[in-house]
Amino acid sequence: MNAGQQWVAFTTILVKEVRRFMRIWQQTLLPPAITIALYFVIFGKLIGPRIGEMSGFTYIEFVVPGLIMMSVITNAYGNVVSSFFGTKFQRSIEELLVSPVPNYIILLGYVIGGVVRGLAVGVIVTLLSLFFTDLQVSHLGVTVAIVFLTAVLFALAGFINAVFANSFDDISIIPTFVLTPLTYLGGVFYSISMLPPFWQAVSLANPVLYMVNTFRYGLLGVSDINVAWAFVMVTGFCALLFFFSLFLLERGKRLRS
Amino acid sequence: MTAALSIRNLHKQYDNGFEALKGIDLDVQPGDFFALLGPNGAGKSTTIGIICSLVRKTAGEIAIFGTDIDRNFSLAKQYIGVVPQEFNFNQFEKVIDIVKTQAGYFGLPPKLAGERTEKYLRQLGLWEKRHQRSRMLSGGMKRRLMIARALVHEPQLLVLDEPTAGVDIELRRSMWQFLKAINASGTTIILTTHYLEEAESLCRNVAIIDQGKIIHNTSIKQLLRQLNKEVFVLDTREALTDMPTIEGYPGQLIDEHSFEVEVVKGKSLNKLFASLSERDIHVTSMRNKANRLEELFVSLVEPHRNETAEAQL
Repeated sequence: MNAGQQWVAFTTILVKEVRRFMRIWQQTLLPPAITIALYFVIFGKLIGPRIGEMSGFTYIEFVVPGLIMMSVITNAYGNVVSSFFGTKFQRSIEELLVSPVPNYIILLGYVIGGVVRGLAVGVIVTLLSLFFTDLQVSHLGVTVAIVFLTAVLFALAGFINAVFANSFDDISIIPTFVLTPLTYLGGVFYSISMLPPFWQAVSLANPVLYMVNTFRYGLLGVSDINVAWAFVMVTGFCALLFFFSLFLLERGKRLRS
Repeated sequence: MTAALSIRNLHKQYDNGFEALKGIDLDVQPGDFFALLGPNGAGKSTTIGIICSLVRKTAGEIAIFGTDIDRNFSLAKQYIGVVPQEFNFNQFEKVIDIVKTQAGYFGLPPKLAGERTEKYLRQLGLWEKRHQRSRMLSGGMKRRLMIARALVHEPQLLVLDEPTAGVDIELRRSMWQFLKAINASGTTIILTTHYLEEAESLCRNVAIIDQGKIIHNTSIKQLLRQLNKEVFVLDTREALTDMPTIEGYPGQLIDEHSFEVEVVKGKSLNKLFASLSERDIHVTSMRNKANRLEELFVSLVEPHRNETAEAQL
C-alpha cells in the first residue's frame, strides 16, 4: 500500500470508530457526563465547602482537573477495549486481517478512535464544570499535551486488554480491579501532601498520579510531582505499549489461529 | 504463465498438535473456476484461511499471481477477495457502511469506494437494503453481502468458502449465475463446497483433499470419466416380493414397487429390460439414484483412508 492508500485505510478505521461511539452515544457520551456532574454536585457543592481549601484552591477548583482526567482515562480505555474486542467477538476483525492494511495503521486507527472519544468526553465534562466553577488555564501547552498523551496511553492499554481478552468478563476485569483503584488513588480527590510519608512514597509508584498532577499543573499551576519527569514517563510508557501492541498484532496473538 | 495461486509443501499444525495440512502442492491457473472438495475436517478451510492470512502456516510457500505472501503480503492481499463460510461482519452496521468500509481498507478513495459499493450492491440485489442494519437481513442476503464486500476492490482471485451453505435452491442458482458471470469477466475463482453438484456445474478443475493431503487434482471432465458405474432406480407397475435376479445387473429391492440396479458404464440396458419383460415386470419410470460425482467422491476418499489406516497399523 502506498502512503495515500494507507491514509485512506487509517481514516476509514477512524471514521468507523467515531461512528460507532456516536451511534451509541447513550452508552458512551451520556453516562460519563451524568456521573461527573454528580461528582461536581456532591464534592463541589455539598461536601466541598466543608473540606475547605486544598493546595491553595477551593475544593471544587482542585477536584475539577482530576475529574476531567479521570473521564478521559476511562473513556479512552473503554472505547478501544470494547470496540476491538467486539470486532474479535463478531469476527469482523477478519475484514481487516484479509486486507493489505499494515498493522501499525490498524493500531493507530483504533488508538486514535479511543483518543477522540476520551477527548470528546473530556470536553463535555469540562463544559459541565463551568456550571460549578470558573476554569483557569495556567499552561495551555502542558494541558493539551498531557491530556492527549494520557488518552493515547490508556487507549493503547485498552487495545492490549482487548487482544488478550477471551470473553466480555475479561474486558471488565482490568478497568474494575486496576484502572479504578489507580485513578481514585491517583490524586484526583486529594493532594498526596496530605498523606503520611510512607503512603506518599507508595503513591509515587502510581503512574496516574503523574498524569492527573501534570494536568492540574496545566490548569491551576500547582502539582505534587515533577512535571518534566511526568512527560518523560508518560511518553516512555506510550512508546513501550505501542511497540508491544504492534508485536502482538505482528504475531497475530489471539487473532490468527 | 504465472499461476493465479501456487502452493508448495504447505503444512499446518495447530497449537493442540493437530496436523491439518501435511504438505499440500496446488496450482490454479488464471481465469480458472476451481473447486476444492473434501469431507469435514479435511483441511479445506485451513488452506483457504492460510491463503487469506487468517491462519498462520507452519511451513510452505504460497504465491498469488507470482507474489509471495511472505515477501510482499500487501500486494498479494490486493489480489484476493474472500467470502468466508461464516458471517463475519458487524451485525450493527448498515449494509452500505460494511461494503464501503472494506473498500477503504483496500485504499480505495471515498468517491471510488462509493461507486463500487453501489455497483456491487445493485448487482447482488441489496441496493434497496443499503440503509438496513446487517443483522436485519435474511441468511441469503447476508451471503450476498459478503460477496459484495469481497468484490468491492475488484480482486483478480475470488476465494469462496462454502458460499451457498444453507441457501435455498432458487438463491443458490442465482448465485451460481452471478459467479459464472464474474468468472467469465476474467476473475479466477476458487471455491470449497459440500455440494458436489455445485462443483460439477460451476468448476472446470478440482482438487480433492482428505486428511490434510491432496488425493486427486484434475479436471471435472476427467474426473467424471473415471466413473465406471451408475445406479438406476426403476419403478414397476407390478408389486414385487423379491429382487428379480438378472445376470450382470446386481441390485436390490427398495420397496414392493421399486428396485435399484447397478450398471457398468457403456453396458447396454436392453438385456435388463428384456429380462424384465420376460418376467412380466413392467417398468413405469426410471431415474439416476444419486449424484454421480458424489459416488466418485466416496470411491476416491475411501481407498485413501484405508491406505492411511493400514499404514498406521
